[in-house]
Amino acid sequence: MNILSNWLRSYVHGITADDRQLAEDLTLRGIAVEGVHDLGLGNGHLFEMDITTNRVDAMNHYGIAREAATIYNLPLAPLDTALPAAQPAPNPFSVQIAPEAQSLCGRFTARVLRNVTITPSTGQVAGFFALLGSKPISNAVDASNFVLQGMGHPTHAFDLDKIDGGIVVRLAHKGERLKLLDGSERTLEADDLVIADHTKALSIAGVMGGWDSMITAETKNILVEAAWFDPVSIRRSSRRHGLHTDASHRFERGADLNACPVANALVAELILQSGGAPEGELVDVIVPSVAARTANRHPIALSLRQVRRHLGTTLDDQPGQSALTADLVRQVLTALGCTLTEAATNGLQPITSNQQQTTFSVQLPSWRLDLEREIDLVEEVARVYGYNRFANTLPTALPVIAHPLAAAESAVRARLLALGYSEAISSSFASEADGAAFVTTNRNQQSTPHGLIALENPLSDEARLLRPSLAPGMLTMLAHNLNRDVREVRLFEQGTIFTGSAEQVVESPSLSLGLTGDLPPTRLHNAKDAAVFELKSVIESLLSLFAASVDALSTSAASALAFSPDAPAWLQPGRSATALLNGAPIACFGELVANQREARKLRQPVFLAVLDLDALYRLPLRRAAARELSRFQAVERDFSFTFADAVQWRTIAQAIAALAIPELTRLTPVEIFRDAKTASAPAASVAPAGHYALLLRCVFQSTQRTLREDELSEWSTRLIAALSALGGTIRT
Amino acid sequence: MNETIPQLLNYDEPSLDAAFATLADEVRAETFSPRDAEAFRLHWLGRKQGRLKLISDAWLKSAPADARKPLGIRFNQLKQQIEVALAAAVAAPPAASAKAGLDITLPGSVRAPGIPHPLLKTMNEIVAVFHDLGYSTALGPQVESDFYNFEALNFPPNHPARDTQDTLLLAGQQARPSRDRLLMRTHTSPVQIRSMIAQAPPIRIVVPGKVHRNDAADATHSPVFHQVEGLCVDTGITFSDLKGTLDHAMKALFGSSVKTRFFPSFFPFTEPSADVQISCIFCAGAGCRRCKHSGWIELLGCGMVDPTVFSSVTEERRKLNPAADAYNPAKISGFAFGMGVERIAMVQHGISDIGQFYSGDMRFLEQFA
Ligand SMILES: [Zn+2]
Repeated sequence: MNILSNWLRSYVHGITADDRQLAEDLTLRGIAVEGVHDLGLGNGHLFEMDITTNRVDAMNHYGIAREAATIYNLPLAPLDTALPAAQPAPNPFSVQIAPEAQSLCGRFTARVLRNVTITPSTGQVAGFFALLGSKPISNAVDASNFVLQGMGHPTHAFDLDKIDGGIVVRLAHKGERLKLLDGSERTLEADDLVIADHTKALSIAGVMGGWDSMITAETKNILVEAAWFDPVSIRRSSRRHGLHTDASHRFERGADLNACPVANALVAELILQSGGAPEGELVDVIVPSVAARTANRHPIALSLRQVRRHLGTTLDDQPGQSALTADLVRQVLTALGCTLTEAATNGLQPITSNQQQTTFSVQLPSWRLDLEREIDLVEEVARVYGYNRFANTLPTALPVIAHPLAAAESAVRARLLALGYSEAISSSFASEADGAAFVTTNRNQQSTPHGLIALENPLSDEARLLRPSLAPGMLTMLAHNLNRDVREVRLFEQGTIFTGSAEQVVESPSLSLGLTGDLPPTRLHNAKDAAVFELKSVIESLLSLFAASVDALSTSAASALAFSPDAPAWLQPGRSATALLNGAPIACFGELVANQREARKLRQPVFLAVLDLDALYRLPLRRAAARELSRFQAVERDFSFTFADAVQWRTIAQAIAALAIPELTRLTPVEIFRDAKTASAPAASVAPAGHYALLLRCVFQSTQRTLREDELSEWSTRLIAALSALGGTIRT
Repeated sequence: MNETIPQLLNYDEPSLDAAFATLADEVRAETFSPRDAEAFRLHWLGRKQGRLKLISDAWLKSAPADARKPLGIRFNQLKQQIEVALAAAVAAPPAASAKAGLDITLPGSVRAPGIPHPLLKTMNEIVAVFHDLGYSTALGPQVESDFYNFEALNFPPNHPARDTQDTLLLAGQQARPSRDRLLMRTHTSPVQIRSMIAQAPPIRIVVPGKVHRNDAADATHSPVFHQVEGLCVDTGITFSDLKGTLDHAMKALFGSSVKTRFFPSFFPFTEPSADVQISCIFCAGAGCRRCKHSGWIELLGCGMVDPTVFSSVTEERRKLNPAADAYNPAKISGFAFGMGVERIAMVQHGISDIGQFYSGDMRFLEQFA
């Protein structure tokens, strides 16, 4: 909304502050001026306003002028009108509010104007419209708009000769049709409030006028309407018909019942400046029950004690004396339109004895429906006094209680950062296709539903679901990087995933890892597989933060952690795995399946992991325990074996573990050799086709004594025998 | 090598010490690489022409008998010093001392650690400031009911205040009572209600979290964003306490020279309500591009808890205990505040496009390494 400083000043004389100061003073009182534009010499400034939704009374020049008058303690000019003498009317114009509409239309004023001239606006209206950049239409239409911007009450002018009989304010008949000012045809519902005549609907009350009764160049006689409509009813009709108009915006926020006759007179005055005269007196129909709950509300009590209890200390306070005095309260609220009387709380107490006890009975202004409780008045006092005149005080602190998951979350985050993974945040949404493809079905949720969660009003087709997995979001981020030639990416996201039903949504913490890039081979893995094994070690590293026993011999039967080659369909079979903690799946990882990669046009293989943080966080963080370090020399023995490809490392490790040599403290596969070019260079082959060579390192150590050569060679012999039993051939 | 043999004129102990100290300095001053170690050895220890031999021959020849023993001891010490220097040179790895062997200007090789997300880093910093002020972290669900997100916070059904928070609704809710209908929370404020229902005053909580709105994405809007909310409820909490708390927090976050400014505003769940600006951290209030030449940056909304909110909480608490009265607004008061983390991080780092936070773009993240 835009405001002209000159127009505003026409209602408050004697403001000494210049326009920029005025803008700042208003802003500091909550009447926010977002922009100040110079309109040239003598034209003042245009203020771009941002008025909060509760202050409909300030969405016009007069309302803001009232705020200025309050700030500067100046008088506000009354809204006087002078109409030509009315011609006598044969009968008063007929206005009826149907019984069922009485609670929705609290007041209806109507005035008949005869022999008007429809002509372009001139004078002040034309001048202010030009400065505001508003398009003038005709004196009759502009008058309504001018009054709306001037003092805020919506009005409507009908071509009187199109009205059959008189006005009836009623609910629409279901299916009733009405062509509106914007040219659209509307089908009405039974709870739309309409202004009708004796045969047809003329307009949707408080929202938009009708086509057939609008003012045209041929209009000779006019009926001016200024009425009060119920906010909820207007809002319902406005939303149903998708019509957000200046009028509906104000009515749905609560208009001033007492403004109707004033607005009506102001509009009539402007139209009659070009000729014509009123006929008869103003017809003014008031519904007393509505007046009682709006304009004529009961006074409310305001005690000075409450003002001070809520607001506290000001910078102007003197020792033992608050600057928030009864006089201040009275001055501020009176300027805003309240009427204050000091309530006799205790007839025996002289008024001056204890100001703290002062209680006012406050009659509320009809234009401030947002004021209804004591706290609302406390806010007005603080607002006008100035928020920045309050002191900065601090309440006492309480001991801080750590969130139960905070330590686990930050441990996971710190570990991933240390491992070279950067933190990312992806969209909370997923497409239906991705939802179906990536939902994790192997979680332990038998007791609760784990369906997909759809949105009623999604932002786009790609965002119809709440994400059931972090994987699609991670893929989008990997693709974003690859599409920009960033080809080595390590990302993680700690986020929430959503499953369940429309009645019960389960939010679970989850972790995704994304990895792509040109990874070098290691002594155990070739380049093609290195990423899968990197993800595996990241998962192991995370699990090792928690009480799970991820011991060095993670392949032993006693270990809580195991890896199975089964994985969800979005991972490439044979190049992916599921990590099982105590037999239950906790993570899956591997290379993205080919069809997903093609669908996303990813130029290089990408690798993903998802980990169930809900399950992980059920474990306590591992508390490190130190053990005695052996004082005796450790002995390292390397063994080189050739095995058939079918013999997995786990089998080898388990066979060695089965030897139960307590002094064998560490077993490490150091290097794997495979002859990539067996066919072309059979002579140089390190292992026959279908076989691989394994360099194995054992570390023996006793906590009791120095190991003897004879026991070391006995263990070596047993170890060689065990591995030979697996089909291994020792290499020399 | 035609070095002169130093002359020794006196054989008293101080003269001997001085002469041998000069020789020891000479040995120390001679630096050499392992490659030159043999030359060094020959120079000093050569059996025939070694400098040590030449000097000892010269000095011993003319020494009085009683000076021979102290001379011999000192020659042995000097010889040991030379041998230690030789051993150290041979033991050092060749690369470390081969001056020409290594291009130290090549990049190092350790893999860089991951980069904390700038948004979450800012969020954690904000939360830490309030931890220091005695606020404990509280969290809540992202899928909320209409009751917690709106009704209990004094946004009645069909009220225009709801227009300011375009809401993503979950499908399949039409048949449910309006207060139970599920939606994506539009702010972290529902956690205020949940915390108060669960717990009697005093309350000091800080609530970081993700929120969603049905807003089209552009440079400054995202349908997903993050907020940090705070709530303080106790006896005797005042508007000046709210001011002091946020002034302190902004100084802790942005530096002690930052000033705060409070403006009246409107939120259905607070009264009085305020918007808070801080003096521009880039131009210290002089006006610059980042503050749109105003000298001030708007950072958060806040206010005193509206009594209607306390009434909603009491109504819920009475379902469990009909006598519940801990949130009687005549006895307690409180304040709440909330801030958009994206906005603060964008101000801190001069980020112009909010979408970069959610792109996972390594080029963006690497700026925060
Ligand atoms: Zn600045």
